[in-house]
Amino acid sequence: MMPAILTTHDLTVGYRTRTHTITPIASPLNLALHRGELVCLMGANGVGKSTLMRTLAAMQRPIQGKITLDGQDVSKLPAPALATRLSVVFTDRPELGLMNGYALVALGRHPHTDWTGRLTPHDEDVIRWAIDALGARAFAHRSVMELSDGQRQKLMIARALAQESAVILLDEPTAFLDLPRRVELMQTLQEVAHTTQRAILLSTHDLDLALRSADRLWLLTERGVNVGVPEALIMNGAFASAFHSEGVAFDYASGSFAMAHPKHGVIGLMGEGIEANWTAHALRRVGYEVLMLPFQPTPPCLVVELQATAHGMVWVLTHHHHATSFSTLEALLQHLTQLQHDTISLAHQEVA
Amino acid sequence: MISHPPLPAPSTRLDLGLRPVWLLVLLGGGGGLFLLSLALGSVSIPFDQVLLILRGGTPEKASWLNIVLKFRLPKAITASLAGAALGVSGLMMQTFFKNPLADPFVLGISSGASLGVALVVLTAGTAGGMLLAGFGLAGDLLLVSAAALGAAVSMLLVLVVASRIHNNMTLLILGLMMGYFVSAIVSLLLYFAIPERIQAYLNWTFGSFSSVTWDQLPLLAGGVGVGLSLALVLTKPLNALLLGERYARSLGMNIPLMRLWIVGATALLAGTVTAFCGPIGFIGIAVPHLCRNLLRTSDHRMLVPASILMGAMLALLVALIAELPGSELVLPLNAVTVFIGAPIVIFVIVRQHHAHETFNL
Repeated sequence: MMPAILTTHDLTVGYRTRTHTITPIASPLNLALHRGELVCLMGANGVGKSTLMRTLAAMQRPIQGKITLDGQDVSKLPAPALATRLSVVFTDRPELGLMNGYALVALGRHPHTDWTGRLTPHDEDVIRWAIDALGARAFAHRSVMELSDGQRQKLMIARALAQESAVILLDEPTAFLDLPRRVELMQTLQEVAHTTQRAILLSTHDLDLALRSADRLWLLTERGVNVGVPEALIMNGAFASAFHSEGVAFDYASGSFAMAHPKHGVIGLMGEGIEANWTAHALRRVGYEVLMLPFQPTPPCLVVELQATAHGMVWVLTHHHHATSFSTLEALLQHLTQLQHDTISLAHQEVA
Repeated sequence: MISHPPLPAPSTRLDLGLRPVWLLVLLGGGGGLFLLSLALGSVSIPFDQVLLILRGGTPEKASWLNIVLKFRLPKAITASLAGAALGVSGLMMQTFFKNPLADPFVLGISSGASLGVALVVLTAGTAGGMLLAGFGLAGDLLLVSAAALGAAVSMLLVLVVASRIHNNMTLLILGLMMGYFVSAIVSLLLYFAIPERIQAYLNWTFGSFSSVTWDQLPLLAGGVGVGLSLALVLTKPLNALLLGERYARSLGMNIPLMRLWIVGATALLAGTVTAFCGPIGFIGIAVPHLCRNLLRTSDHRMLVPASILMGAMLALLVALIAELPGSELVLPLNAVTVFIGAPIVIFVIVRQHHAHETFNL
């Protein structure tokens, strides 16, 4: 592992009110961010992610302890010196003036230009590189007012890249993006971290994204911070306990959260492939615990079997030897709902 | 093997999108208006004669020499300086407060000046009153001193407050409240004052570019010159402030220091102009909008010089119209600034939506 670039030493973060000090995160924190790694900061709402982010960005004073950046105390670095070492992207979308994408990214060169802000050929090269790294070349000449949230977000991140700081902090950078754009952005950030040896720390709520691209996680809880490879934190149960909540359970197999107690009992599912996966998804969503079955079980309860026919996929629901087939998933779900409401009349049908 | 042709270079040019040629256009327009305001007035003087006088020649009519050199030239210079100062300080305040309605006087500078003038005009003893009643040179000087003192005191107050308060919105509200306070005091003074004095005070509030003499001009030019130079030096932090204070700080800007410089430069510009010309409204709010609209940029490296030129142009135009060329009448300046400025701003904002773009309204 590369040497640590951003380090916290017995750090306590929080804020002071007139009467008392509030420290949401258990302290002291001794964390280290290394060059060439993408770290995701995760934690339940209100556990202090933003407070920690702001403190690391030197926007807020630590209650106790200190933060060093490349060996220097952050609170003692003057703003211009800090800007060449650390750049930030905040959650809120700033109101931008009349400028094009290139001019926005060019603002990132401020710590490197003279008092007039004049761009040298080297500055221009760095700006173009940052624009290309984020894949923003196609719209960088347009006015930022015409751009979508996602495009503006890319430019704001390119601006942080153009700042050429060793550390980049991003507060929920994926919040305004659709799912494909999120995946794309995380890949970009991971690539930037790995290829340019920058240390990138970003806070996110998106467990799936973090699992896909983070080199390590900082998992905040009220009891402290768990640091490690994402998969390891899932396996040792740190994840489940960090987000522990009544009625929601962590599924260790898929690495996602689901309702803890299925409402309607167990349903068997026979079938393979994408269709079976999404049928299982739908059944879980309406409140069943789904058992994937390799064959028809002997004591029949509630079983759905997927059958491929000449007319397409058919869902066959077997209930007490009584089979009903459905040509759409929606029809199956509607029937199951009916079943919940109306078990008695169904029983009558069986007798008849 | 299929050989791929090299990818064509992207056709779109990547640059900051600045259009400096507009600065030349504004410079030309300003120069033209400057000459026009020397030629037009209650007496029309042919252009060639004006140029002759400026080169030091003797015109066909001896009286023209006096009219141009003693009255119109100092007035045109005053208008240019005042317009430039108000335009630039308005721009700085709009960026600083991220508010399209901010103007040079949001910090309470003109309130301070008007309180100074009101105190002198409305409560001066008989001697002062006599001077003012005649409105001679000494009376003028007294007014300028009172306004300058009032502006200076409020400037200092604003600087002290700005160095202690770390929230721009609080600063804005304090400026507004100070304005209300001062107008309440002025109302009281007006209520108990005699009509002649009230008239003298009202005359000052109308604003004027013609009361500055050659002797006073260096003072005005000095204050405005220093303020404008500061604004030109501050273009980089002003650009960083476009992203908001937090981002500006993350880009290496020393916020407390820059706040003092920006507020100080604005106070100097607005204070100097108010001391010599009275409270000139509307130019400060209109000019930045016109410049942003014309140049289609928020980059202060363009906007500051553009506001200097556009401010000078607008002030010269307003002064020229207030003069009602060909007649003996002179209209109150502040009425004309609104008549000219308000429709322009309304037109620009309604048509271009650029205020929306800049300020997320």
